Amino acid sequence: MKLLQERTRKQKVGESRIIRTAVRLLVPFVQLFGLYVIVHGHYSPGGGFQGGVILGASFIMLSLAFDQQTSMRFMSERANALLGNLGALIFIGVAALCAVFGGLFLDYGALDVLIPLGPVEWRSFGIFLVEVGVGLAVMSIMVSLFWDLGSAGRMDEGL
Amino acid sequence: MKALALLATLVTGAILLYGTMDFPDWGDPRSPASGALSSHYIEKAVEETHVPNIVTAVLGDYRGYDTMFETVVIYCAGLVVVSVLRRKKDERPEQGS
Repeated sequence: MKLLQERTRKQKVGESRIIRTAVRLLVPFVQLFGLYVIVHGHYSPGGGFQGGVILGASFIMLSLAFDQQTSMRFMSERANALLGNLGALIFIGVAALCAVFGGLFLDYGALDVLIPLGPVEWRSFGIFLVEVGVGLAVMSIMVSLFWDLGSAGRMDEGL
Repeated sequence: MKALALLATLVTGAILLYGTMDFPDWGDPRSPASGALSSHYIEKAVEETHVPNIVTAVLGDYRGYDTMFETVVIYCAGLVVVSVLRRKKDERPEQGS
């Protein structure tokens, strides 16, 4: 075990060629599936939380198979923090907009005055907006939890 | 400080347990969930929200507050871990961490 650990440390990144290649091939499909789960939550099981976790898992896979720096090249620390805040803000912003435009808090039908789609269609679209916000927030928080716990907050090579 | 934290935890737990005493019993026919509410969701969800998946309709619209604060809870968890663990580049971590 010790020998194995030292041997992997000597290699530049990652553990085995098989894992690295498999992850490199899988990551785009995992991300596509995550987006699909978020936007298809209206018609099938899924939604913001599940899709966000799948999207986050793709970055976690990158940092497990390569190292944390590799996954931070695809999603920088700053962009990750920005997306997390943006996701939470989208949810609360949409909810607050409903109150501003004369409805109740979180009553998406009130957004009808912005773009006249009809209150029922707006409820459907409002759920979609909110799910996107949830997905963004969950994704970036999953990733940042893994980065922080895996590298003890130093944001270097990680596990 | 530790005793204070323990005290706060116990008091909060006691308040929460006290709150559960007001819950309706299992399968209570007079509880709100067994009344008109559930059947209203099942019958009217598609009509009122145009979302074929009732779970999404309930989660995103009827129970919007719940979902919003779920997101806030996750957000707070991420915020706390970042603020406790993350170090600046030049900062040396303490011994034993």
